[in-house]
Amino acid sequence: MSLQILMPALSPTMEEGNLAKWLVKEGDAIAPGQIIAEIETDKATMEVEAVDEGVIEALLVPEGAQGVKVNTPIAELRNDDTASPSPLRGGSAAEPPGRGADVTSADSPPVAKTDPSPARPPPPTPSPQGGGGLSADPEIPAGTQMVKITVRDALRDAMAEEMRRDRDVFVIGEEVAQYQGAYKVTRGLLEEFGSDRVVDTPITEHGFAGLGAGAAMAGLKPVVEFMTFNFAMQAIDHIINSSAKTLYMSGGQITNPIVFRGPNGAASRVAAQHSQDYSSWYAHVPGLIVIAPYDAADAKGLLKAAIRNPNPVVFLEHEMLYGTEFEIPDVPDWIVPIGKAKVRRVGRDVTITAHARMVGFALKAAELLAADGIDAEVIDLRTLRPLDTATVIESVKKTSRLVTAEEGWGRMGVGAEICAAVVAEAFDYLDAPPTRVHQIDSPLAYAANLEKLAMPNETNIVEAVKAVCYRR
Amino acid sequence: MAETMRADAGRSRGPKASKDELLGYYRQMLLIRRFEERAGQLYGMGLIGGFCHLYIGQEAVVIGMQAAMAEGDQVITGYRDHGHMLACGMEANGVMAELTGRSGGYSRGKGGSMHMFSREKNFFGGHGIVGAQVSLGTGIAFANKYRKNDAVCVAYFGDGAANQGQVYESFNMASLWKLPVVYIVENNQYAMGTAVQRSSSETHLYKRGVSFNIPGEEVDGMDVVAVREAGRKALARARKGDGPTLLEMKTYRYRGHSMSDPAKYRTREEVDEVKAHRDPIDHVKALLIELGHADEEALKEIDRDIRAIVTASAEFAQQSPEPDAGELMTDILVGA
Repeated sequence: MSLQILMPALSPTMEEGNLAKWLVKEGDAIAPGQIIAEIETDKATMEVEAVDEGVIEALLVPEGAQGVKVNTPIAELRNDDTASPSPLRGGSAAEPPGRGADVTSADSPPVAKTDPSPARPPPPTPSPQGGGGLSADPEIPAGTQMVKITVRDALRDAMAEEMRRDRDVFVIGEEVAQYQGAYKVTRGLLEEFGSDRVVDTPITEHGFAGLGAGAAMAGLKPVVEFMTFNFAMQAIDHIINSSAKTLYMSGGQITNPIVFRGPNGAASRVAAQHSQDYSSWYAHVPGLIVIAPYDAADAKGLLKAAIRNPNPVVFLEHEMLYGTEFEIPDVPDWIVPIGKAKVRRVGRDVTITAHARMVGFALKAAELLAADGIDAEVIDLRTLRPLDTATVIESVKKTSRLVTAEEGWGRMGVGAEICAAVVAEAFDYLDAPPTRVHQIDSPLAYAANLEKLAMPNETNIVEAVKAVCYRR
Repeated sequence: MAETMRADAGRSRGPKASKDELLGYYRQMLLIRRFEERAGQLYGMGLIGGFCHLYIGQEAVVIGMQAAMAEGDQVITGYRDHGHMLACGMEANGVMAELTGRSGGYSRGKGGSMHMFSREKNFFGGHGIVGAQVSLGTGIAFANKYRKNDAVCVAYFGDGAANQGQVYESFNMASLWKLPVVYIVENNQYAMGTAVQRSSSETHLYKRGVSFNIPGEEVDGMDVVAVREAGRKALARARKGDGPTLLEMKTYRYRGHSMSDPAKYRTREEVDEVKAHRDPIDHVKALLIELGHADEEALKEIDRDIRAIVTASAEFAQQSPEPDAGELMTDILVGA
């Protein structure tokens, strides 16, 4: 019988990849464990091993093919041992063809498929930029050329540009150098700046966070990468007690110009210990600056601003956005000011606040609501500390309704803080109780359906907006 | 206790110090002793609040190390830090006024006993979280190497901190990258009220660097010259690019862990025994007289000088005004 070899998913968040190289040809007999192809993802180039033995009947996807979706059949294998038709990965011809596809869609994050397009900044038309309610961007000068770049590369470029500019800037963390970054965010930095400035550490979060904080006290400007912020809990003492408080405790003598950065929040199917949003944890602490960008322009412009800032900055990235492409102004030194929210969509009827990945959901929700005749204003908070409440309050004074959206738990959260600020300063303008959208109040489950149920998305935002608008 | 006594064997038979050096050490150690006694008194009067950890008994450690250090070397320590600050040359007035929480204090009253700094004197604190200063000090050493500035960071911690995980995370990186740092364990025998034997599976703390290829040495921390000699070797090794050394200073604190220590974990006799036979200041005093460098009258003269400095600092610390209410919201962020 004949088996199909499918494009494998090589990481929890991979949706497609490039078939870089075939290491077998049609007619070759292959054995389990044999490397048959090299597949390139945005994170790494990986080898694919055969699981079954048989003879390659046909290569269905040519070498060099780009953007091959996970579970696409890439080869046909003839296998006469009909007794053991096991799949090469995730699904096989022995199973109904539809099955593999279902598994893929459950595997992948619930909304990532719809995420990038509506949120993409408009093309570089002089002004007003964009349409469909997307707001003009006063930060981008008229006539600026825009280029497409992933959030991942925008972050890398930010670090590289600042390292070129200032020799005191260095990057330190696990797998940042030779491995090129666990999520490839530091790709190429070792080659350009050398191992003195791009420093691989042992797996020792508490230790290297403290080392970074100490180096900052001595005047260097470390960029400390946590492989994820989940692991930074081992180091949180240094982030808070050593970095955030020392300026105060030293009566202004000892500064801590350090950036703690890395992916924050849920990835996909990695369960509770690897899926936590720390936005409100760090935003609670005086002495820290906390930034959580959404698109590539903010990722780059805010990271550059963070590295130049003389204070400790917690820079929360989102793994699910690393591979997303956005347009970014093609200017030599793109800086975005810290502490300023951005109105990403102008609307009259309701204010939606969001940060990081939730901005994409909020913009998607706004599109859906527009079809229902509700004109939503979407505010990307961008910086959580200091929080730009003035922009939110100004918006609510216009719309009289507020929905906050965040990926983390709601209790004591970012939304709670915004609601309190709005109630305190715009109470008389409100036509409905402010409402929060957030993750449900449980550790995040592994099972695909439970994970999906727990995480907030555009549907939750649409429902919350309809509730505050008293629509159904 | 047995451990301290053993270290006593080679005492003062080792390298010699000059007359001026010995007089200097005597003066500096005495300053710490009298300063701490006065701090204890002010605490009793309610003029110092919160926690206050006195350094009495351990003076030879910081003075010996300071004598070995070069201009530009940095110091970082934990919360028993008053002695380190005075040893670094920070003013008694500013330290005492910080203890009383006044605007004339080194942190303008916002740090207190455990959190003082002096950029000018290369003193990087004063840290209240046990063991944190070891990682931070390793980072300062990283910066030294990065900048090739030839400086060495001396990171002090206690026998209590020696059981914190981040100490070993730091040892590993410092040895791996040959960072210019000297680790000093001030083994005063008790982590708060827990004796070393009750908390440490290996009580010879100088051996704690072995699995990181960090050489260790046990030093009589009650002998200022022995401390200085061990410090010189370790500092030279670090400066040469050979990486960290771990020095275990066998010492003893006369007072409680903090001012609220019930002292149920050791006997009065044990404390008296050390005071009578191993006191670091009496040791130098005896040397000075024995070698004919000073007589009782000359030493009394030094004593009077020191008392005047300490009295003035206590006066300053009470006269200096409390910080302005506006200080509440300053120094949270630079430029904000």
